[in-house]
Amino acid sequence: MTAVATKLTTAGEKPEVSATERAYRSHAHRRSVVVHLTQLVFLVLILGGWQLYVGGDSRKIILYGVPSGIAGRLHTWVTDGTAIGSLAGQITVTLEEALIGFGIGTALGIVSGIALGRIRFLAEVFSPYIKVLNSIPRIVLGSVFVLAFGLGIESKVLLVIVLVFFGVFFNAFQGVREVDRNLIANATILGGSRWQVTRQVVLPSAFTWIIASLHVSFGFALIGAIVGEFLGGSQGLGVLIKNAQGTFDANGVWAAMVIMGIVALLAEWFITKLESRLLRWRPPQLAGPDL
Amino acid sequence: MHPYQHQADRSAGAPAIDLRGVTKRFTTPTGSLYTALRDLDLQVAPGEFCAIVGPTGCGKSTTLTLVSGLERPSLGSVTVHGKEVSGITPGVAFMFQTDAVLPWKTVLDNVALGPRFRGTAKSQAHIAARDWLRRVGLAGFEDRFPHQLSGGMRKRVALAQSLINEPRILLMDEPFSALDVQTRAIMSNELLQLWDLTRPAVVFVTHDLEEAIALADKVVVLTAGPGGTVKASFDIDLPRPRLVQEIRFEQHFVDLYHQIWEALRSEVDIAYAQTTAATTRKAS
Repeated sequence: MTAVATKLTTAGEKPEVSATERAYRSHAHRRSVVVHLTQLVFLVLILGGWQLYVGGDSRKIILYGVPSGIAGRLHTWVTDGTAIGSLAGQITVTLEEALIGFGIGTALGIVSGIALGRIRFLAEVFSPYIKVLNSIPRIVLGSVFVLAFGLGIESKVLLVIVLVFFGVFFNAFQGVREVDRNLIANATILGGSRWQVTRQVVLPSAFTWIIASLHVSFGFALIGAIVGEFLGGSQGLGVLIKNAQGTFDANGVWAAMVIMGIVALLAEWFITKLESRLLRWRPPQLAGPDL
Repeated sequence: MHPYQHQADRSAGAPAIDLRGVTKRFTTPTGSLYTALRDLDLQVAPGEFCAIVGPTGCGKSTTLTLVSGLERPSLGSVTVHGKEVSGITPGVAFMFQTDAVLPWKTVLDNVALGPRFRGTAKSQAHIAARDWLRRVGLAGFEDRFPHQLSGGMRKRVALAQSLINEPRILLMDEPFSALDVQTRAIMSNELLQLWDLTRPAVVFVTHDLEEAIALADKVVVLTAGPGGTVKASFDIDLPRPRLVQEIRFEQHFVDLYHQIWEALRSEVDIAYAQTTAATTRKAS
């Protein structure tokens, strides 16, 4: 008891760096340098090989694009804007569709996942419908939405919602099912009402599952927005790609893809931040042996 | 003799817990019926510390879930303080075998959970929680998360979490079985001291006969399952306060141990024969 107490308090103080620890750190540092260098070499090899293979052959440029051409296209987009307006404007439009749809889809997914997970009657009634909806290729609904809601933002947001909802829903549902029965029994005996138990026990516990689904779902949100613009729209990265494809501009397609990649990486970074903030109660993952 | 004579007076009234002719059947996932308890009678007086021992699968834990109201009996009646149990029994605390403290709440918030659920203001609940944390020796650990504590400390959190509601009945399902032997002895002593503060009736389920005798006023032996029932009940008239680590060397303790073990041994043998028979049947 006291031994644990002193150990815990000294752990917070500045640790004394022993020789072993220094050796370990310099080893770890060397290792990370090697890893990063290898990553860089790999990238240079791929891009360089691509550049060399295509070279100045104009037929190959049309078919495959070329790294230098992509960089040039990105530069023109940034400085002079695109054919359908400024680049920032296109990114904003696509992001807006993706984020609104992502927000609504996630909220709906969490609420219905937890409701069905907690209320057995609802689960029994709705599970066949959800299975059917999930098994159809939902991307086709994009055409339905464009026909019904026109070329504006609504049809894209709806497609994003449909794509995001199911991933989040199934994870939330499963997450509720996986909550430790003892935790629920304990909270109930301590006097928690059903709603209190749902909010303070079930929801935080299911959050590990829900957060895991958000990583994938944001990818789906971007896909939904782009495909929606593809199917019918006047603004956005999807339109940019569609136009580039229509004018045999492989460089333009790749350039739009690079932009989407950057957006997706930023979103991923943000979700990871959110994850570590919300799940800070979890024990740190200790490094195990390499197997 | 017994230094707590007032206990005898208290037990003269209605029992705190009264199980009569209780049978509990479960439907297994394959659809067949499993009888966990059969025709069980058990009375626990207010303020009495009752230990239940029995072989694995004899329905010890089921008894606790019936008293707490988590489960209903298939037959018979479960009465707590003269009231038939329906829904979660008020005034009951339950300590589980595995950790049941919420890992995403700090120690302080975990202990404050009971009062918060009952609508106490946060500041009031925190004052009470700090008080109980001090009593279980965890002052200074309020802001930690459960995973930052040792197993014994997490048990203290669970104990404070249960006792803050000032239960009249404390149900404990092998609460210290996951702890190492030394920590377990220390926790047992502290449990007895804390129990002495408010004197709830305790039902303590364990498979460790030594632990049962060292803690309890009464040790109840259940028969091997399926369909466990009370085989025998023994009054433990060892004087209190007791020191759990040392009481086991006393002659009277040893005599009681022999006496109860006689009753328990045959049940353990039956249970063991059943499990080995089941595994050999599966293997062949």
